[in-house]
Amino acid sequence: MRSFEYVAPRVLSEALAAVAERGERARVLAGGTDILVQLRAGRRQVDRLVDVKAIPEVNELSYDPHRGLRLGAAVPCYRVYEQGSVAQAYPGLIDAVSLVGGTQIQGRASVGGNLCNAAPSGDTIPALIALGAVCIVASPATTREMPAEDFCTAPGRTVLQPGEMLVNLRIPPPARRSGAAYLRFIPRNEMDIAVVGVGASVVLDDARQRFVSARIALGAVAPTPLLVKAAGEALAGQDVSERSIEAAAAAAMAAARPITDMRGTVEQRRHLVGALTRRALRRAIQRASEE
Amino acid sequence: MLERLRVQTLVNGEEIEFLCEPRQSLLEALRDILKLTGTKEGCNDGNCGACSVILNGRLVDSCLVLAAEVQGATVETVEGLAGPTGLHPLQQSFLEQAALQCGICTPGFLMAAKALLDREPHPSEARVRLWLAGNLCRCTGYDKIVRAVLDAADKMEVARP
Repeated sequence: MRSFEYVAPRVLSEALAAVAERGERARVLAGGTDILVQLRAGRRQVDRLVDVKAIPEVNELSYDPHRGLRLGAAVPCYRVYEQGSVAQAYPGLIDAVSLVGGTQIQGRASVGGNLCNAAPSGDTIPALIALGAVCIVASPATTREMPAEDFCTAPGRTVLQPGEMLVNLRIPPPARRSGAAYLRFIPRNEMDIAVVGVGASVVLDDARQRFVSARIALGAVAPTPLLVKAAGEALAGQDVSERSIEAAAAAAMAAARPITDMRGTVEQRRHLVGALTRRALRRAIQRASEE
Repeated sequence: MLERLRVQTLVNGEEIEFLCEPRQSLLEALRDILKLTGTKEGCNDGNCGACSVILNGRLVDSCLVLAAEVQGATVETVEGLAGPTGLHPLQQSFLEQAALQCGICTPGFLMAAKALLDREPHPSEARVRLWLAGNLCRCTGYDKIVRAVLDAADKMEVARP
C-alpha cells in the first residue's frame, strides 16, 4: 500500500476541514472494509485518510418514534441490528445489514460506507431507498440533503464533491401499517455479492386491504441502485392482491437494465427482479399486517 | 522521511506501545512489529478470516484495520487464548476433534469461535456455521471445526461454576 497520512479528529468541523484541505486526495475512513482493500489493490490513491470514528455526529444511532432514525455514516452494521428499538422499527434495514459480508465485516462496515462505496450491488442501498432515507452531506461551508436514490451516480461514484462528506442518514419513522423487506439472490448461503437485490416498503390502509403507497428499489441491475417509481405507482390505491403485486413486479422488470457478467446473465437477472420483487412485497405486506 | 505514529494499546491484557506507518495494518503491526505471529495472513483483503482478532470485544479482520486505529483499544489475539493452567477449551476441542490439518486458518477460527462463545455460550449448529462464514478452511470441510466449537461450548458449560 502506498503511503498516506492518517488523521483521527474528534470534532466534525475538524474532520470536514481535513477532508476539504486535500480535496480529491482525501478519503473518509469508517469501517475500512472497502477503502483499505481498494488502496492495497491500487484501485484508489489518497494522500490522507480521515478516520471519523471518534466524531459523535458520525457515530450517532438513535431512534425516536416521532423523529425516526438517525444513522451516523460510520455506525457499523452490528450496532444497527443489535439495537432492539431499531431492529423492531426497521426490519427491512435489518434484512440488509445482516447480509453485508460475514461476522468480521459486520463488526466494522458501516451503512454510510456501503452507500459511499456506491457499488451497484451494495446490499444496504435498495433498503435505504425503499425506506425513504435522506443523506446529510456536509462541507466546511454548507450542509445539503438528498434522497438516497440520488446519492450514487455511477459505479463507485457519488454526488459527493471534493471536500464533502456524508455525515449521517435519516430515515422517517415507520408509518402506521407499514412494512419493508430486502431480499437478494446469491448462489450460496452467505458471504457473497448480490446477483440481484430488491428492497420494498409498503403502507397499507386501516383494513389492510389496499396499498396507500409503496416503494421498490433494485440493486445490481443498473450502474447504480434504482428507485422504480412505476412499481410504486402500480400499487398505490390498488387492492392488496397477487394481481397488483404482479403489476409491480412487471414494472420492476421493465425498469431493470442489467448486464451479463461473471455473477449472472441479463435474462437471469431480469427474471430474478420479478421473483424477488414479488417475494419482497409479500414479506413487506406481511410485516405491515403484523404491525 | 516516513511519518511514524506512536500507538498505545492493550494486547492480550498487556499495555504495549509501538511505532507504525499510517499505511500499516493491524495484522502487519501484530506480526512484523510486535512479533505476534500467531495471527496469520491469508487473503489480505477481508475474505478468508485467517487474520481474525478481537478488537474492543468485536471480531474483525486485522488486515482491514489500520494499526493506527487501535490507539487506546483492546486487542485479543490467539497468543492470549491459553491460560496459565493450560489450553483454552476451544484449543483443547480443536485438538481432540481434529479440527485442523495445515493449521493456517486455525488461529482465525479460534478467535472467531471465542468471540461467539463470549456472547452466546450455547449457539446452535446453524448459528456456529453462520457466525464462522467469514473464516475459510481448505482442509477440514468445516464439519470438524463446527463440532469442535459445539464441544468446547459443552466443556465450558460444565466448567462454569
